[in-house]
Amino acid sequence: MIYDVIVVGGGPAGLAAACSAYDNGARHILILERDRELGGILNQCIHNGFGLHYFKEELTGPEYAGRFVDLLRKTTTEVRLDTMVLSVTPEREVHAVSAAEGYQVYRAKSVILAMGCRERTRGAIAIPGDRPAGVFTAGTAQRYLNMEGYMVGRRVLILGSGDIGLIMARRMTLEGAKVLACVEVMPYSGGLMRNIVQCLQDYEIPLYLSHTITNVEGRGRVESATVCRVDENRRPIPGTEMQFDCDTILLSVGLIPENELTRAAGIEIDPRTNGAVVYENMETSLPGVFACGNVAHVHDLVDFVTAESMRAGKAAAAFAFGLQPENAAVTELKNGNGVTYTVPQHIRPERIEKAADVFFRVNRICGASEIVVADGERQLCAFPRDHLAPGEMEHIMIPRKLLGEVPPAQLTVSIREKQA
Amino acid sequence: MKELVCIVCPKGCRLHVDEENGFAVTGNSCPRGAEYGKNELQNPTRVLTSTVKISGALHSRCPVKTDRPVAKGKMFDVMRELAAVELQAPVAVGDIVLSDIAGTGANLIAAKTMNLQ
Repeated sequence: MIYDVIVVGGGPAGLAAACSAYDNGARHILILERDRELGGILNQCIHNGFGLHYFKEELTGPEYAGRFVDLLRKTTTEVRLDTMVLSVTPEREVHAVSAAEGYQVYRAKSVILAMGCRERTRGAIAIPGDRPAGVFTAGTAQRYLNMEGYMVGRRVLILGSGDIGLIMARRMTLEGAKVLACVEVMPYSGGLMRNIVQCLQDYEIPLYLSHTITNVEGRGRVESATVCRVDENRRPIPGTEMQFDCDTILLSVGLIPENELTRAAGIEIDPRTNGAVVYENMETSLPGVFACGNVAHVHDLVDFVTAESMRAGKAAAAFAFGLQPENAAVTELKNGNGVTYTVPQHIRPERIEKAADVFFRVNRICGASEIVVADGERQLCAFPRDHLAPGEMEHIMIPRKLLGEVPPAQLTVSIREKQA
Repeated sequence: MKELVCIVCPKGCRLHVDEENGFAVTGNSCPRGAEYGKNELQNPTRVLTSTVKISGALHSRCPVKTDRPVAKGKMFDVMRELAAVELQAPVAVGDIVLSDIAGTGANLIAAKTMNLQ
């Protein structure tokens, strides 16, 4: 049997992609998930704030996942849990292993990569000092606390102001820990402003911007940490040391899309996103293989993961039925001033229905600005914004009709900040 | 005039609330922001999310939340009360775990369906 669509990963991206593939005609759909349940990271994200865009109400992570699991149950999608995918081939064979079924090779007309991301660890950022127990990534601590019922520490220092770190600052406080501070090496927070307010300010937890941990001390368990102010090149400034008497350090220092399968399949990776290079419909450089959600680029909001994954699911169903036109002209999206990356990296204007969704991040905090899309010197369109920040993903829609009869080979997305 | 960041949605609008003018809110981009700004200066509230013990399910904790916002000052009272709860699977999302928790008028409800394993 050849599946219409195989989805690798049953988190928010995989769930939405499978539901959308079904809604667009696919009937033989298989989700392969390595955990014991569907829902992925949402199962440990017990805080609320999910679903405001998609469901128009404020849900917790498990509720958001539950809604999609209910939708999936109404489809003919098969699910294999406790199953680890080992490789995806260019012929769209998916090799997987599980205790229940052993080694299996599944074949599909199209494949959706939805493996999500994992956290950067202490090793990735090379914090000096002792190597005691008590240093966790924030997401690991979150799983221990929210799903398995273990409190990981009593006096906590948080490095990095990504959203998971901020959420864990509040969560540990509510469970009786003392969160001493959140320390961020950049001059701005990497998390959403609302989380600074409701997770740190609500509980009077100080946020030290332009600071970092320069030493960890402890025999067996963390006993203290040294924090320094950093200069504009992120180098610690001698003489600014502060000592924090803590037993636990949580790291919220970035996420890395989990693309081992993607790389091994020979799919082109964008070094800026650490995810696959994708077209407007989330198709990768390997025809019939799509990528969506945090495996393609790290999102702030699950609602955007859902929307993106629905586009991937729809396109995967169309590919399975041979509905995609061949050899469309390609327009490359280039990063101009102030733009770190764009997703998609390439668009095929004739495959765009009305407008191309483009997501990107800026590389600095900007005040009132315009997001400008240009073909060389010629401006195609501009989108005003009051405020832009690297921690908040931006979204624009480039109308198809502006791309003209002969689409440009390149378009540049850049930020034009208005003079204050 | 007080400046606030709205926390209703991830957009994070910068609100201005005029305490001397009936707590009139400007800078909001939706009605929910206006309501938040008004409440935040008079009676700040939050929906509380946490976990309670559960036995017989895939995991040993069940996520829960208050079914409406509760006063910010009551957070730790709610936490103390829910710490004593022990559920038995199966539990369905939306089931009431504790009603009128810590005298807030809010019910504590399950945020996940957890089947008996």
